Parts: sequence; C-alpha cells; structure tokens
Amino acid sequence: MRIPDIAPGAKVLAFGHYQPATVVTNDDLAKTMDTNDEWIQSRVGIKERRIASAGESVEDMAVQAGGKALAASGLSPADVDLVIVATCTLETQIPNAAAVVAHRLGITSPGAFDVNAACAGFCYALATASAAVRGGSARHVLVIGAEKLSQWVDWTDRSVAVIFADGAGAAVVGPSDEPRIGPVVWGSAGDKFEAIAIRDRHDFLRQEGQTVFRWATTALHPVAKEACERAGVDPSELAAFVPHQANLRIIETIARKLGADKAVVARDIVHAGNTSAASIPLALSRMLERGEVRTGDLALVLGFGAGLTYAAQVIEIP
Amino acid sequence: MAATEQEILAGLGKIINEITGIPASEVTPEKSFVDDLDIDSLSMVEIAVAAQDEFGVEIPDDQLKNLKTVKDVLTFIQG
Repeated sequence: MRIPDIAPGAKVLAFGHYQPATVVTNDDLAKTMDTNDEWIQSRVGIKERRIASAGESVEDMAVQAGGKALAASGLSPADVDLVIVATCTLETQIPNAAAVVAHRLGITSPGAFDVNAACAGFCYALATASAAVRGGSARHVLVIGAEKLSQWVDWTDRSVAVIFADGAGAAVVGPSDEPRIGPVVWGSAGDKFEAIAIRDRHDFLRQEGQTVFRWATTALHPVAKEACERAGVDPSELAAFVPHQANLRIIETIARKLGADKAVVARDIVHAGNTSAASIPLALSRMLERGEVRTGDLALVLGFGAGLTYAAQVIEIP
Repeated sequence: MAATEQEILAGLGKIINEITGIPASEVTPEKSFVDDLDIDSLSMVEIAVAAQDEFGVEIPDDQLKNLKTVKDVLTFIQG
C-alpha cells in the first residue's frame, strides 16, 4: 500500500460569495411583527439582511458562490476532485447538495458530500478539505457554506425572524509547500441539543436565546485561543478574527476575551444577518473585497451553532 | 466569611455598571431589572455570568427569569 503525492500543507487559494438581491431592513420587519430597529440593533446588531426569493434554493446560491471562488482561484473545474457543501437548511434531505452543485459548475465526477454542523459547518468542512489534501485523498477541494434559513423560520416569531438570513460563501483549498491552514480545534456539547433545533418536519427553527448566549460568551474563547496555540500563532499576530456571525454582542464579547488587539473583527452580521454555515466565508470574502484583509494575513475563524457544535482554525489569507 | 448584603450590592452595582453603563448608585434593592433599569435578557445573562465569577454562585437560565429585582438577586446569591 502507498499514499501518493502527500502535500506538506494545505492552503486556501481563493474565496467567493453570493448574496440574494432582496434586502430586508429592520423597518421592513417592523411592519409585520412587534419589533423595531432599535430593539433589533441593540439585541443582535443587525441593520439589514438578504433573503432569497421563493424560487432560489440553497444549491442555487452554492453554485453562485462556488463559481466565483473557482474563478478567483484560477483553476478550471477539471482541477477539482472533491466538493463539500456545509449546510443545514436544504429543502429536502435527499439528494445532497454537493453532487448537483458540482455538476452545475462543470466539475465532473468529484467526491461530493454535505456537512451538517450547523453554523460551525464551514470550519468542519474546511478542516476536512485540508485533511483530504494533506492525506492525498484530494488535490483541490471546493468548500461551500450555503444556507436558506428563511425557509425554516417562523416569520411571526420575532425572536428568530430578526436574526436569520440567506447567502453563500466558498473557498478553494489546495496543496501548499507549508501549512497555511492550521489544525482544527473542534468539539460539541450534545447535552444542549435542544437549544437550537427544528423539532420535527413540520416545525420551524427554535432557539433558546439565553442558553446559547451564555454558552457562546463563556465556552468559546478558550477554543479560539487553543486554535491559535495549536497553530503556533499568538493572538497578537492575528490580522483578522472572523467568528460565525451569530449576534454582534456574542462576536464582541468573544473578541474581547480573545484579546487579539491588532485583529480586525468581522462584523458582517450588521448587513448580512446570521447566515449559519455561510457566514464565515461570506464575511471573509467581503472583507477581502473591501481590502480589510490582505494576502498573507493570518485570520482566526471560529464556527459555533446547533448541536451544539464548534470548530476553529487559523488560516492564511490567499 | 460570606459577603454581606451591602458587599454583594456594591459588587453587583459594579458589574451592572460595567455591562450596561448604568451608574452603580442606581442599582438599589427595590429596582426591577426590566422596568426600572431597562436591562434586556442578554445583559441579564452577562450579569449572571459575571456574578458567578465574582461571588461563586451559579445562576442558571431557568432561575434567572424568576429574578425580577435587584433584591431577588441579592437573596439568591446569599442562598
């Protein structure tokens, strides 16, 4: 037995993102439910979010984001041999999204599977992609986080409807002469499985806000610090901290406890809402576009969500 | 020796000031968190977490919702 062409490291080659066209502001929501702009901004930090049209699916958004990342990487579809879609909001369970997304992008017969680690999904998928490249199972991996939360939200439940949104972000992962994606620190807290859940096939997404808030603001900064430590990177060396865009108050509390003083902290939630597995690549891609992060910068990504699940790793910006 | 009610009140006032910006002098036993101090449910979680660090008493979420006034928290922490 042998393992061919093991790469010493893996790296992100490019990012891409897609957001649906429709912008829904807080004032728009206030017209149909008992809420207002001040209430939403003070609780979750969101000013507006993007919502997909009725005919626009998770797969549609994944194709858009994945296509942009692929184009930005300079690779052709034929170079990609593994496609991973992180999502928890498909309209149906069968088939998975990855195979049809790959097909629509012209990627012929790649390995294709979905990852459901909810809002931590992108970090799980990125770790899996990095391991596949370093282990010789794949050469180039297209990793996509894509979500249509709007189809699982009760639009009369203001505790949930003001938070969640739709979108997609993607990264192309390939071999590298040295590690440019750090070791993942991942885990779960299955005792809190009820904190964020769709309880049956007729239900909507429910969230125990206080439970999630307490967990996120107390349990996750050690995970973030451990990811830095395992990558051999001091938090002071980070140019960016990109946590899952769950809630601005959670983001700012974790950032404060992490103490990455020079890092720009992603606040994409203000204009994009909480897009679950899409939020980290969406935020990173938009930060790159705006010039807030540059090639060679070190960024810490931290995903966390339903399960409860979490994962973090340090990556170098392509 | 356990902290006195005055010491817990002073500590709670400091915590609430750090989290919400409300002057510690306004944190008096009869005040309602929601009606008088305008503190929202997420800030209450932050206060509970900080109070646990300060006083070593855990205030679980299912108990937290029953603590309506500053006095309720003082009583809870004193056990």
